[in-house]
Amino acid sequence: MQRVYLDHAATTPMVAEAISALVDQSAKLGNPSSLHTSGREVRKDVEEAREAIAKFAECAPSEIIFTGSGTEANNAAIKGLFWSARESNPKRKVIVTSPFEHHAVMDPIDWLAVHEGAEVVHVGVSSDGVVDLDDVKRIIEARADEIALISIMHSNNEIGTVQPISEIVQIASEKQIAVHSDAVQSFGKVEFSFKNLGLTAATLSAHKIGGPLGIGILILKRGLEITPVLHGGGQERDIRSGTLNAPAIVSFAAAVKKVHSEFLERNNRVRHLKESLKATLNEKVSDIRFNGRSENSLPGILNVTFPGAPGDALLLLLDAENISTSTGSACSAGVAQPSHVLLSLGLSERDAKSSLRFSLGHTSTDSDVAYLGSVIGKVVERARAAGLK
Amino acid sequence: MKLIAAMSGGVDSAVAAARAKEAGHDVIGVHLALSKNPQKYRSGARGCCTVEDSHDARRAADVIGIPFYIWDMSDEFHSNVVENFLAEYARGNTPNPCLRCNEKIKFEAVLDRAQAMGFDGVVTGHYAQTRESKDGKLLYRAVDPAKDQSYVLAVLNRDQVQGAYFPLGDTVKDDVRLEADRRGLSVANKPDSHDICFVPSGNNASWLRERLGSTAGDIVDESGNKLGEHQGAYTYTVGQRKGLGITTPTASGEPRYVLRIEPVTNTVVVGEHNSLAVHDVTGERPIWCGPAPEIAHSYEGFLQVRAHGQPLHCTYSWDGTEVKAQLLDPLFGLAAGQAMVMYDGDRVVGSATVKSTS
Repeated sequence: MQRVYLDHAATTPMVAEAISALVDQSAKLGNPSSLHTSGREVRKDVEEAREAIAKFAECAPSEIIFTGSGTEANNAAIKGLFWSARESNPKRKVIVTSPFEHHAVMDPIDWLAVHEGAEVVHVGVSSDGVVDLDDVKRIIEARADEIALISIMHSNNEIGTVQPISEIVQIASEKQIAVHSDAVQSFGKVEFSFKNLGLTAATLSAHKIGGPLGIGILILKRGLEITPVLHGGGQERDIRSGTLNAPAIVSFAAAVKKVHSEFLERNNRVRHLKESLKATLNEKVSDIRFNGRSENSLPGILNVTFPGAPGDALLLLLDAENISTSTGSACSAGVAQPSHVLLSLGLSERDAKSSLRFSLGHTSTDSDVAYLGSVIGKVVERARAAGLK
Repeated sequence: MKLIAAMSGGVDSAVAAARAKEAGHDVIGVHLALSKNPQKYRSGARGCCTVEDSHDARRAADVIGIPFYIWDMSDEFHSNVVENFLAEYARGNTPNPCLRCNEKIKFEAVLDRAQAMGFDGVVTGHYAQTRESKDGKLLYRAVDPAKDQSYVLAVLNRDQVQGAYFPLGDTVKDDVRLEADRRGLSVANKPDSHDICFVPSGNNASWLRERLGSTAGDIVDESGNKLGEHQGAYTYTVGQRKGLGITTPTASGEPRYVLRIEPVTNTVVVGEHNSLAVHDVTGERPIWCGPAPEIAHSYEGFLQVRAHGQPLHCTYSWDGTEVKAQLLDPLFGLAAGQAMVMYDGDRVVGSATVKSTS
């Protein structure tokens, strides 16, 4: 039987347009940094791609810096902004962030704390998964002169809640504090405008919207120079050296164009499916809880606690029924750790370990939800029998 | 049947999983994470518990073509095996953590979980056999005497034996390696593990010293005369001859051996080889791998007291609480806390924890 894929937040199928763009571009010879005709031709494709993506992300093409992944873009932004801020004023060592960031933000910040003397300040979050703006205000008022940067995700990858980035930027801009936002899950799913948000930096990734793996974007405000992580040939404003991955870049743009052309239709359909998934789970399984507020959330992410049923047992049993789900972000999968996101909302370790993330995407269908509905009752019953350790 | 294959990342469990799959069972591979902070790479003769081992297990599952997951059993392992190991040493006993792990982790925590999730049992790469009988499945020695692991499995109760699958019991180790190679399993030539998996250095004495501290005490002879000092009684093993550091010779000129460890007074008692002789063994907390013997009935069989020790002719009986075994010929050196395992021919009858000897 066909596999029911409910892990689109981990990665989602590439769209046909992106696959052909990737294949076609791979056949083209030329390093986009070369000065001859072959190089210039590939460079032209890269720049057209950059422009297409910039148009959809509502930023200037020159603000786009291609990287090898979302993780790399986060590292470049966070470390770069931190080093630059500290260089201009040694007092600026505070990084303000949320407790439920993706590891690709959390870990570079922790690294800076351990190795570069950064002080990390976490903003409070509500039990339904939203950053507390009053807390952001308080922290900024108290420590404005010491803050090197603020990094708060645009939407949460495990529970799907969209964060009040525009408001945060407004508070921060009064004190000229740089704000970075990891928008990897938001881009293509909810409205995202770099210009309207007024951000200093943002992170995007291709494979979450039907583009290829191995290509990310750091959007960095025009004219801003930050200390690079990678040194080399000086590509991408000297901020990200390394030969441009033209096939992935062109393919990324093809995926963006596709999303752009069907943005509302696709996301309304996915949101509708999520509502139907929620209703199905409520109908088939007793005593479950949904994590994160549902209004102002990503269309496809549904995080559910099944009290008494270990998440890793649920995942294994669903997998055996040909359904792919996740106990958290894919990176921490392997040995099941309780999700730091769910813990930050105040869930107990037991409940956090009894939770699953279902994420729907552009290829999801009604029959996916119906099939899940036909097996979930039995699966939860067995997982509950296996019990929490 | 639907089976969970416990895969350590070693050659035995990989071939066991492959055989179970080939026999037509629906097999899922599971690697048990037993350490909260696993080391990245194997070192020495350790055979599990590193990130490299879990990678090896995953690759074996890929080659066999079965799903693969990691189950975090680190809390259970720490409280049931590591802490128990330390507590028993602190009590002057000599525990075998592999038995404890089989009893509490592989065939309790894992088997219970597997069965609750709808699986029929657990496959491991242990060298032992099971055979059907009118009393259900019974546990037997492996055909390869050099690898036989029935001793460390004698802590499985009757129900646990029903859920245990040992596909390697009829094969010798060399053939398992050849088979792994034939099956394209990259672990075919991975070295065997020998040491205790949670003691990375392989040096039990220093590992214990770090955790239990070293309180100096007396080394005395059987009459209580002080002959020397030790730096922590638990680093001595009954029957040990070397490393006692005693300079005064015995009257007969015979070497001295550790006879027993007395934790209350932190004393190590030494004496001549003859004093190590054990004729009668009393054990407590028996576990029967099949039907329990009749109470107060005397059976002829074999006693084994070490993982790869000799089976010794004996008669044994139990009174409902304690097991008593009488040996035809004495054995030399047996510590409280060790497991005594009773055999009926090649069949494992059960085990008990040695309480006293005489």
